[in-house]
Amino acid sequence: MTGQPLLEADGLHKAFGPTKALDGASIAIRAGEIVAIMGPSGSGKSTLLHCLAGIVRPDSGHVRYQGAEISAMTDGERSALRRTQFGFVFQFGQLVPELTCLENIALPLRMEGVRRREAEARAAEWLDRLHLADVGRKRPGEVSGGQGQRVAVARALVTRPQAVFADEPTGALDSLNGERVMRLLTEAARETGAAVVLVTHEARVAGYSDREIVVRDGRTRDIAREMEEAL
Amino acid sequence: MSIGHTFLGLLESGPRHGYDLKKTFDDRFGHARPLHYGQVYATLSRLLKDGLVELDGVEPGEGPERKRYAVTSAGVSDVELWLASAEKPEPYLQNTLYTKVILALLTGRSAADLLDVQRAEHLRLMRELTRRKAGGDLADNLICDHALFHLDADLRWLELTAARLDDLRRQVRA
Ligand SMILES: Nc1ncnc2c1ncn2[C@@H]1O[C@H](COP(=O)(O)OP(=O)(O)OP(=O)(O)O)[C@@H](O)[C@H]1O
Ligand SMILES: [Mg+2]
Repeated sequence: MTGQPLLEADGLHKAFGPTKALDGASIAIRAGEIVAIMGPSGSGKSTLLHCLAGIVRPDSGHVRYQGAEISAMTDGERSALRRTQFGFVFQFGQLVPELTCLENIALPLRMEGVRRREAEARAAEWLDRLHLADVGRKRPGEVSGGQGQRVAVARALVTRPQAVFADEPTGALDSLNGERVMRLLTEAARETGAAVVLVTHEARVAGYSDREIVVRDGRTRDIAREMEEAL
Repeated sequence: MSIGHTFLGLLESGPRHGYDLKKTFDDRFGHARPLHYGQVYATLSRLLKDGLVELDGVEPGEGPERKRYAVTSAGVSDVELWLASAEKPEPYLQNTLYTKVILALLTGRSAADLLDVQRAEHLRLMRELTRRKAGGDLADNLICDHALFHLDADLRWLELTAARLDDLRRQVRA
């Protein structure tokens, strides 16, 4: 791997009571690449993603974003990092039910201090881009699961983040809608140059990634790389 | 795949030369594995002998390229019967991966490693097919999806097997 990675975790440990969720996990994400994190249920995938995104603080180990140690940042610095550099897509329940879909997409811009008119104009561009023009005025409760996930993708990308964290983004969708969400997410990320950290246990979803890291019992393995090195 | 039935179906829209049949077949169904001319003419002469196609006209000159083939009514019935009958599902019971897993367990080698390596190889192909879908038309997507779902099934089996390795090892070595 050449050059400094965008995001790097090294030797992460994290326990919840007696449960070792991470037990020496390491991963490096380069700018603009799409990396799938795979592995069985309970292996520590989501915990790893949360540590990378500065949501969960590991018990030990390092997480660096563009070379800067995330755990050395103040809470304010960390939340600013999440707001301006990162985008998030989860399995469900991430949209604000009281706001329209358009307002949901505009929300991260509003939190950065962008004026309403400007924020909603930029949000509207994303609606078009993700083929959502007719759901802009609806509330999340009034759209289908697939549409809701595309709204979440738009909201994650509207600030043009450096990294998008997606935890089972298609977990609640059927094959056809899952495929649409993955296509739109990965195309938009490639266009904007965002890296994507994609947690999934579905191989067909991982097919959209550039490479995969496998987590097992809180430890990471880069098997494709090991195979290459063994040659 | 039954090349003969596929030819008969393609001939339903009108008589064609052997070369034309091969080209249409390759474009639609070949998926980077084109038919050999030998296969094409062997198939056509069998269909001719069985009365499922007939010569529609032979242009003067030499060589197989001069012949045009038309489907007969017996040929049309034959395609119809083929399309209406179910394909026998693959039983999938003779599987190299299964053999490798059991052998690894029997001989005290790491079955987990074997499964991890196989997963990486499957994912490599799945990525390639996913990329091909992005650049392809709907028919292309259909065949790639068919392959992707089958590879996905393999991978699910690999995951389930990996999760059961401890129990399996005890039973196999008992
Ligand atoms: N907040 C928490 N409190 C207590 N235990 C937790 C917490 N978060 C995770 N764990 C435990 O840590 C381990 C790893 O959990 P994690 O959510 O990272 O797994 P996962 O790989 O994302 O699983 P899944 O595929 O089911 O989402 C599990 O045993 C889980 O029960
Ligand atoms: Mg999880």
